[in-house]
Amino acid sequence: MSAPLLSVKGLRVGFATEEGVLQAVDGVNFDLWPGEVVAIVGESGSGKSVTAQTIIGLTRANNARIEGSVKLGGEELTSAEDAQMRQLRGERVAMIFQDPMTSFNPVYRLGDQIVEAIRAHRPDTSKKQGRERAVELFEAVGIPDAARRVDDYPHEFSGGMRQRAMIAMALALEPEVLIADEPTTALDVTIQAQILGLIEQLNREHNLATILITHDLGVVAEVADRVLVMYAGKVVEEGTLDEIFYDPQHPYTWGLLGSLTRLDRPRPHRLPQIAGSPPSLLDLPEGCPFRPRCPHEFSKCSQYPGLEARLADSPEHRDRCWLTPEEKREKRMVEGQIGLEAPREVGRT
Amino acid sequence: MSATGTEGGPPLLEVTDLVKHFPIKRGILIDREVDQVRAVDGVSFRIERGETLGLVGESGSGKSTACRAVLQLIKPTSGSVKFEGREIAGLKRRQMRPLRREMQMIFQDPYASLNPRKRIGQIVGDPLKRQSVASGSELRRQVQELLERVGLSSEHYNRFPHEFSGGQRQRIGIARALALKPKLVICDEPVSALDVSIQAQIVNLLDDLQDEFGLAYLFVAHDIGVVRHISDRIAVMNEGKIVEQGTADQVCETPKDDYTKKLLAAVPIPDPRESRERRASSVQ
Repeated sequence: MSAPLLSVKGLRVGFATEEGVLQAVDGVNFDLWPGEVVAIVGESGSGKSVTAQTIIGLTRANNARIEGSVKLGGEELTSAEDAQMRQLRGERVAMIFQDPMTSFNPVYRLGDQIVEAIRAHRPDTSKKQGRERAVELFEAVGIPDAARRVDDYPHEFSGGMRQRAMIAMALALEPEVLIADEPTTALDVTIQAQILGLIEQLNREHNLATILITHDLGVVAEVADRVLVMYAGKVVEEGTLDEIFYDPQHPYTWGLLGSLTRLDRPRPHRLPQIAGSPPSLLDLPEGCPFRPRCPHEFSKCSQYPGLEARLADSPEHRDRCWLTPEEKREKRMVEGQIGLEAPREVGRT
Repeated sequence: MSATGTEGGPPLLEVTDLVKHFPIKRGILIDREVDQVRAVDGVSFRIERGETLGLVGESGSGKSTACRAVLQLIKPTSGSVKFEGREIAGLKRRQMRPLRREMQMIFQDPYASLNPRKRIGQIVGDPLKRQSVASGSELRRQVQELLERVGLSSEHYNRFPHEFSGGQRQRIGIARALALKPKLVICDEPVSALDVSIQAQIVNLLDDLQDEFGLAYLFVAHDIGVVRHISDRIAVMNEGKIVEQGTADQVCETPKDDYTKKLLAAVPIPDPRESRERRASSVQ
């Protein structure tokens, strides 16, 4: 069996702040194989974006402490020199960001920005060749009238088109890994569907391995092969797409699944929700950090369980919850659907 | 307080043929109007007391401009906006002022809509002060009550916006909008900047507040899934016009207009098997 393309082991990222060390990522492990889409799901502050940024070397600040290992085709990235990381960014691993409005320089033409990126890595490329490549890329990501539009400025593009241009730029050097950090959150639902379709197509046609960061399991269902659910810096559940959607083991995953608005079902009287908000990473509760928001917590939860396979027949499906598989099957059903708990009145005094 | 006070009489809000065109000007010394952007191009709808009308459409469809024109934050080009039977289109700022008590707005971006230099107490209390409803310790008491009502704590009174998460900030925006006990609240994409799990909290809170205070909502969003959940009726907007209007279930289950169908088809189905089937069938 061949080795994975990208291998993340025991990754921990901490930031020194005035109030102490903020452990944003606390022991994340996963492998990414060619052509695979791994989704990392969680709320703001769960550590999903910091994980992605660390892989590509964007969290190297003076106050950051990075432990563990990130290997790309056998090459260690956490200890790589800055110059080496610069070489590798774009060339082997590329990233697209949530906000296509601020990710381009507003005073340069889009095509020129792509040409610049290509020539930074391949200095012998002529401007003319670079431009041809930019047009080709624009066509590949479905920007109509590509030959003319490469000369446009970012403000002349709509949000969805700008996101396509960003994907075009990310693909310019044919990277092996694409990291997409909330690529559709700022977009309309109609445009979101198009961008997800594009990512899926690139995956299929170019065997591009993708890490998709999102808070929306609806998006995940459309494109992912495997899913990692993160909470307070740790992975609380991981499994294949179907395992996560049809046999979720962690109450937090139930809550995420339950809070989606679904057009394919009759509308509930109230939307199921996860009460409360994620804990402060500087002041985590003892034991399981989801405990204060979990209706099923019991005495054992004062200790945090490890990420383990708890189902006999699915060794790759791991979670961090003490409930037995039978208890989980029973407790996760709320009014016939998967959810955390029946919606209740909140905030009344 | 009755939740759906349809005791005859005029509707709470009646908008007829609302038009807002923005001129496109060219020229150096003398601006010539060369064209117009028809942002809102003849929109009509009504909202009864205690009712929620959802307004959906993509960016650029004119939803936000319509909201602003209804509130007279921008001057409509033409058309009529009646609040409780009274024409408000074209009223002067001063004439609008007492009416602002009755209509409030919740904004999309919980980061940009709160003044970072002001404390939460000042932000939420400002409408009460400006409309001379309360002052001093009475103002403080009312603000603290509001904070608790939207799921925050009265101890948050002296905090600054940066100390809060996106969901909490949106609660602060809701408290500010409710301070004057309005009859109509215009919610412009109130949840689209929030995590999905937090969206549900805010939607439920808006639901509760509606029951308690008999509020009417004009709920604007691009996600028809969320709109369907909260709305009694839905109006679908495209290129400045309303292309379809009906009860929430009618519009979502038996859509008539192609644009509505397109919006519905774009909502991800959080069910891998179904979405695989959908993709397989769309490839052919």
